[in-house]
Amino acid sequence: MPGSAAARSNYCANWSRAEPSGVSTPQTSSPTNGPSDGRNGGPNSGLTVRFSGIEKRYGMRMALRGVSLEIGAGECVALVGHNGSGKTTLLKITALLARPSKGQLTFSSGNSTLSSDDIKHRIGMVAHNILVYDELTAEENLVFFAKLFNLPDPVARARQSLEPVGLSRRASDMVRTFSRGMRQRLAIARALLASPQLLLFDEPAAGLDPEGQQWLGATLSKLHAQGCTIIMSTHGRNETQGSVTRAIRLEAGEVTHDSGPNGDPYGVLALAAVRETAEGDAR
Amino acid sequence: MSLVHATATILAKELRTEFRSRELLGTTIVFVLIVIVLFSFTFNPTSSESRRFGPGLLWLAFLFAGSLMLQPSFLREQTNDTLAALRLAPIDPFSILAGKMAANFLFLLLVELILLPVFAVLYNIAIFPILAPLVLVLALGTIGLATTGTVFSAVAAQARLRELLLPLLLLPVLAPVLIASTEATVGLLRDPSELSPVWLTFLTSFDVVFLTAAWLFGEYLLEE
Repeated sequence: MPGSAAARSNYCANWSRAEPSGVSTPQTSSPTNGPSDGRNGGPNSGLTVRFSGIEKRYGMRMALRGVSLEIGAGECVALVGHNGSGKTTLLKITALLARPSKGQLTFSSGNSTLSSDDIKHRIGMVAHNILVYDELTAEENLVFFAKLFNLPDPVARARQSLEPVGLSRRASDMVRTFSRGMRQRLAIARALLASPQLLLFDEPAAGLDPEGQQWLGATLSKLHAQGCTIIMSTHGRNETQGSVTRAIRLEAGEVTHDSGPNGDPYGVLALAAVRETAEGDAR
Repeated sequence: MSLVHATATILAKELRTEFRSRELLGTTIVFVLIVIVLFSFTFNPTSSESRRFGPGLLWLAFLFAGSLMLQPSFLREQTNDTLAALRLAPIDPFSILAGKMAANFLFLLLVELILLPVFAVLYNIAIFPILAPLVLVLALGTIGLATTGTVFSAVAAQARLRELLLPLLLLPVLAPVLIASTEATVGLLRDPSELSPVWLTFLTSFDVVFLTAAWLFGEYLLEE
């Protein structure tokens, strides 16, 4: 039931099943007292992200040139563009992993602007790399990150997070023994551990087989249905684009196409696919 | 999450990872053992020469051990970009450095304590009568080594030629620690033994200054 208040009454990342007994439900400390409809900025809603004239320079190279965007709560945005267009940089800045050289980034939940101290536990990210330790088991990884996020009962939370990604049986196995698809599932479990309100995915389908892509697409749909704000960079058409509500094309660090929150994202996605195919043929 | 809690969590992860593989500890112990034995064979010192030059050789060996052992501290985080995962967590960035500093301090101290008896035998030096003050000097010197080394490991990990860069950055900066630790150890081996307050104060001040600098600039050190 995408879009319904009932669906959004769950936290963004509690997307597959009810909490087991003894595991306390994570409480996000939204400063608003609005209704629990995701798009109205209630306690379970996604975040609104506002980019104002964001520029990023790496030495002499401009990675982003004056990006100004507003991504509303509950939107599922696809960032498209060829390699080096600035997608990853924009995601890193959004995740507070990189500072913009110029411009301002603001996060808000409902009508309240959030400080950077208040924002980190509301963001989950799946990056190019899997962001988990090869030398630890799947469960040890999640327990470690649950502790860093100060989540109650980290062991129970870790086990609970492994179940929907289908890794419960491999919980005690070292990550270095995992296949690419399993590693990506674990990366997603790590990103969802703290029930984030904003999810950032950097080419989440990379390296996944068609079955894995299908699983990821279904996962994204559920998260979107529960009100999470999702921003993902993507290449070409794949199963993960099913729940996209908006597409933004970046070229040389500038926004060249934006379908807008109410427009048709598939026009921009199709254009991106055509250009990438043409560039591929030209090579 | 408090700084202490986050630091303890990262320290526990570092210890778990290292004691599971024992790669770094094993390699470093063998390396320092070889260095100490080679020094001993090369100089073949008499007992009085050992008391005079032995501490310098010992601390040089520990310095080499540090530059070898501290290198992977942040390089390991690059394999799956786990440093980004740590930076995504709502913790004080200094806790990442502090957790690694604490782990490196423990690893280095362990290596030193294992190799101290070997050094005592090879150089014919009685360390048991001065063990307590010697451990204090080792601890203060090792804090300086671990603190500075961890900071420079974070800097070097993001650079090209990172394997070469760490020793190049680290060894000159650690010269004051090497001198102070050596002089303090020489004082302990003298007859009568003396724990120099000057060198102890110097080592403590070095540790405090570098810890404070790491606390103030930790966030910037970890950025891309």
